[in-house]
Formats: sequence, structure tokens, C-alpha cells
Amino acid sequence: MTIPVGREGTPPRPETFYRTMRLIRRFEQRAMDLVRSGDIVSGIHPCIGQEAVAAGTGAALRPGDVMLANHRGHGQLLAKGCDPARLLAEMAGRTTGVAHARGGSFHPSDFSVGVLGSTGTVGHGAPLAAGAAWALARSGGDRVAVSVFGDGAINQGALLESFNLAALWRVPAIFICENNLYATTLPIEGNVAGTVTGRAEAFGIPAESVDGMDPDLVHAAVSRGVARARDGQGPTFLEFRTYRFEGHHTFETKTRLRYRDPDEVARWQTRDPLVLQAGRIPGEVREQIDAEIETVIEDAVRAALDGPKPDPADASAYLYTSGVRTRPGVAVRPEERAV
Amino acid sequence: MTVPKLSYTRALNLALAAEMERDPAVFVLGEDVRHALTNVTVGLYDRHGPDRIVETPLSEQAVTDFATGAAMAGMRPVIEYQIPFMLMLVFEQIVNQANKFALMSGGQARVPVTYLLPAAGWRAGWGAQHSDEPYSLFAHYGVKTVVPATPADAYGLFVSAIRDDDPVVLFAPIGSQQVREDLAPDRLAPVPLGTARIHREGRDVTVVAIGHLVYDALAVAGELEDQVSIEVFDPRTLYPFDWDALAASLAKTGRLVVTDDSNRTCGMAAEILATATEEMHLVAPPRRITRPDGAVLGAVPELDLALQPSRRQLTETVVKVIKSG
Repeated sequence: MTIPVGREGTPPRPETFYRTMRLIRRFEQRAMDLVRSGDIVSGIHPCIGQEAVAAGTGAALRPGDVMLANHRGHGQLLAKGCDPARLLAEMAGRTTGVAHARGGSFHPSDFSVGVLGSTGTVGHGAPLAAGAAWALARSGGDRVAVSVFGDGAINQGALLESFNLAALWRVPAIFICENNLYATTLPIEGNVAGTVTGRAEAFGIPAESVDGMDPDLVHAAVSRGVARARDGQGPTFLEFRTYRFEGHHTFETKTRLRYRDPDEVARWQTRDPLVLQAGRIPGEVREQIDAEIETVIEDAVRAALDGPKPDPADASAYLYTSGVRTRPGVAVRPEERAV
Repeated sequence: MTVPKLSYTRALNLALAAEMERDPAVFVLGEDVRHALTNVTVGLYDRHGPDRIVETPLSEQAVTDFATGAAMAGMRPVIEYQIPFMLMLVFEQIVNQANKFALMSGGQARVPVTYLLPAAGWRAGWGAQHSDEPYSLFAHYGVKTVVPATPADAYGLFVSAIRDDDPVVLFAPIGSQQVREDLAPDRLAPVPLGTARIHREGRDVTVVAIGHLVYDALAVAGELEDQVSIEVFDPRTLYPFDWDALAASLAKTGRLVVTDDSNRTCGMAAEILATATEEMHLVAPPRRITRPDGAVLGAVPELDLALQPSRRQLTETVVKVIKSG
């Protein structure tokens, strides 16, 4: 499914944002079903509640721009244009997945839409994106690179180092912090001395803190960053204040972690970005989009689960680009080889 | 025309210069590379400027990831690290990021980065934090790892590392860097990764020597030539290792000694002995010479030399293996 993108700098029509966000919401909900049914063995890091950041960001980018996503990245990939069926197949361990089942839910990538990867070491997408941005600038044109990470990433040394490199070398990068207030169980008060945006400002990088529950505001902010980057003015840092409505990972449905006040969760749920956006479009349009998305999602689930599982004999496929064959884990003596 | 008295470092410099001329995607990231502190980038800043000889702040972790990102977007970076243990500081970035992206992306990503350590191993008096040679760790993790012993191999393996589409770590042992070679131009050629080199043929025992220890092995082979015929085997690439060449050598000699400037536990020599014992022809128990377990080389040369594989240990070990079967 292609997600229509508005002319650069102007926000897409309200129904476009609604469609993207509804797609992400239903995708994650159905993925959680597939976790419960055992079809997605890893569990997932649901991004439910944070859809506006993904939708607003994706709409501000062109297909040729690149993105480094993070572990809570399904929405980011979908908003960048990734086919939901192939993403779901990836998460369900099918060879029809975007990375032939080698990335899974945690590390999906889809080069066809510019998503170069999702790193497991929190915060390391930022230096990767800085390097990619530098390479894009070197190759001419005005493509940009985006790194999306959470508030947990904001104290990683490599991320802060990369802000310095990006600013020094004016790379066309946009650093996007989805501040959902918790690094797994660690609240922001115990995580961040000073401010989130202050980290970027220290390197002379323009930084904004923006409401991340409204796709219009996200889109406008990312578009400003993209415009600066395309114009050769270097990196931008954006903090989007948002909230995840689910646990850090679906394993929380089986544990009894109590690190968030239920009242706090309820308060944020009254700011559901999908409800906000639904209020901006006529009811009949919303119903039409909802029906359309149900078809897309159910087709994606069916296609994903119909895909073949990888052959265990191929467990080391793709390990080296140059095709080096690795030794097996059990030795074979020459005389046994002959038999 | 022969290149007279080519030094090891100059060979690295010529290889890098040639590859930068050949491929505009090749560029260098590193500290003090503009002024060529290590001599590897001599002349290249003037030739190519700051966009291709990129002087970096002291931010090794971000710079290493930066190279991965640039590589995935089509570049072919070479990163120079001045000190062996910098490779430990960026172990995550090389092993867990750069080397895993090909697999994690199901073959979409290519990460052709070369990590150059032009000063691997011990230098007199430089202390405990400048004297390691951690190549075994990269081989353990399946990162392509090369340790050229000679100027010609330094040239050839550096060229191949840069052209390779996977991450490659190149260790240039300090102990090799005083060596000069008179080379015919056709010897300045790529050396394929994963191919060993027999420096001296022999019948009685195969001595596998890594990096600068090749010179010890050649010296011992000369000293003992009236008593024992030693084959000097230089793997050149530790990962992927040229096991076929080792099997062929042992099929002939049936005896194995490995000299390796790693710590003993889980060092490269352990893997070579284990593989030879499991899979290859041996008529005597194999032996190895390494640094001691958990060795920390310090600031006093007498102490440090006592911790590194020596020529005397090699001689004694070869004699023991010959006597044992």
C-alpha cells in the first residue's frame, strides 16, 4: 500500500494522516494478537499511542530520504512506506519478510523505502544516520537522513558524540527523539539531567520540543528540519512529547511491572492521537478509511502467515556480502567427508 | 622498475593512495590523519582534501558507527585507530553493528568498512593500555581479520580489505614495521583475503606464525636447518582462515607449532591447535607459544619481553615436538 504524501512543506490532507495512523494502530493491535497466538515469537515493542510522530515524520520525507528506525519502529517503517504484509511477514519469521526473516520485529529494514535498519543498541541509529547523511550529501542532491530514537537513547555517548560530528560537518540529518517519558521502566525524571533539547543545543544544533500527539505539529516541525537539511544548513534535533499506551514490550502483559501510575496512563489516553485526528475528518470518510485499513491489515496477516519459514540449512545465509562460507559447528574429518 | 626498500608503512600508504585514486567512494576517517601522524596518510590530504581525509574529533564510537552509516549509503570508508585498545572501545560498533547488518537486513545492506590499526602490539615503555593485539577477539566474532607480516602483504591485504564488501580489520604489527623489502612492481598487487602464505617450505614440522612472529619463525628455521626441516606458514588472514592450506602443510609434516602474540585462553593459537587436532593429520601432539593467560604488558621492557612469545621458546618447542613423535 502506498501512503500518499502531500506536496513538500504543506501538510497532507487530514484523512491522509488518519489513514497512516489507523494503519499503524491496527497493525500493532493485530501484531499483538499474533504475539498471543505464538505466530510472532519475539513479542513486539508496540508503538500504540505514538502514531502521530511516525505519521508526521514519514509525510515530511521523500522516498529517497533514509531513516534509521529503532526497536519501537514498526510505525516508523509503515509511515516511510513499508508494505505492511512484508513487515508482518518479517515479524512472523517468514522469508517473504522485508529482510527475509533475518531482522525480525526488533531489527527490520527495508532499503526499498530507505529504512536502513533498526539498531538494538539504543541510540546508535544517530551516528549511523549521521554517516548516511554525510554520504548522501557527498553524492550530490538534497537527500536527508533521519534517526528516530526514544528518551532512553538520549544519554548514550555515541549518540551525543554523533551530534558533535553532525554539527561540525553540517550533515543533512534530522534527529528525532520520541520522548514517551520512560526508558523501559525508568521515568524521565530519573533519566535526564537538564533537558532533552539542551543536549542538542550544546552542540549548536537547533532544537525544538513539540507536542508529539498531533501529526500536524510533528509534520510542521520535521518539515522545518528537512528544509534546513536540504538547504545545507546542517542537522536539526526534535523532541516529540508522546506516550506509549502499551508496555515497553509485550512481555509486560505477562509480568506485573508497575512503574506507571494508572491515572497517568488514563490521562494520556484522553489525548489519543487517533481520536484527535478522527475528529478532523467527516464521519463517513473515517468509516471508509477504517474499512479500507481492515482489508489491508487482514490481507497482510493472511499473506504474512502464508509465507514460507526459512530453511534451517540457510541459517548462515546473508552473513557476508562477499559470500564467505563459514565452518559448521561440528568438525568433519577428511575420511568422514569421503563417506 | 623495482620499488627499493619499501617499508611496511609506506606499503600501507601506497595501497591507500592507489585505492583512493581508483574509487571515489574510498575515504579516510581518523585522528591526526591530516598530518599523517602514523605516516599511513602521507600526501593524501594534499591530494584529496578534507572531504576524503576526514579529521575526526576523539569520538571513536560515533565515528565507527558513522562509517557504517556512510557505507550503507554507498561509501567505502577506511578508519584509522592509533592505539590497539581503541578497537575494544569500538568493539560493539564493529561486531554488533557493522558486521551484523548484512545478515540483519537479509542481504540488503553492504558494509564495506576497513578498520586499520597501524600500530598493533607492544611498544617499549608505552604501558599497559597501549600494548595489546586483540585480533583473536575479532576472529572469534567472525569479523574478517588480517595481520600482514611483510610490506608486500601489507599492500596486498590492505587493497583487498578496502575492496571487500564486508567489514575487515587490519592489524599492522609494530614488530613488522621495521621491515623493508625490495619489490618488483608486480608484487604490489592485491592479496586475496583468506589465503595463507608459505614463507619457507619444510618437511618435518609446520610453524604457524602470526604477524611479526613470521620473522622469528624464519630465523629459527634457519638456525635449526641442519637438524629439522621447518615449514613457515603465515596465515595472513585469521578470519576466514585458510584451513585447506594448513591441512595440506600438515599432510606433509604431521607436526604443528603455533606462535601467536595473543593471550593464551581463547587466543588464535588455541583455535588453530583445536582444528588441527580435530580434523587434520598429526603424528605428534601440537604445541603453541603465546602470551601468558591474562597478560598485561607494562612499562618495563624486561618484564614485557618476558610475556611475549620469544625465539628461544620457539626453538625449544620445535625440538620438543620433533622428539615427541
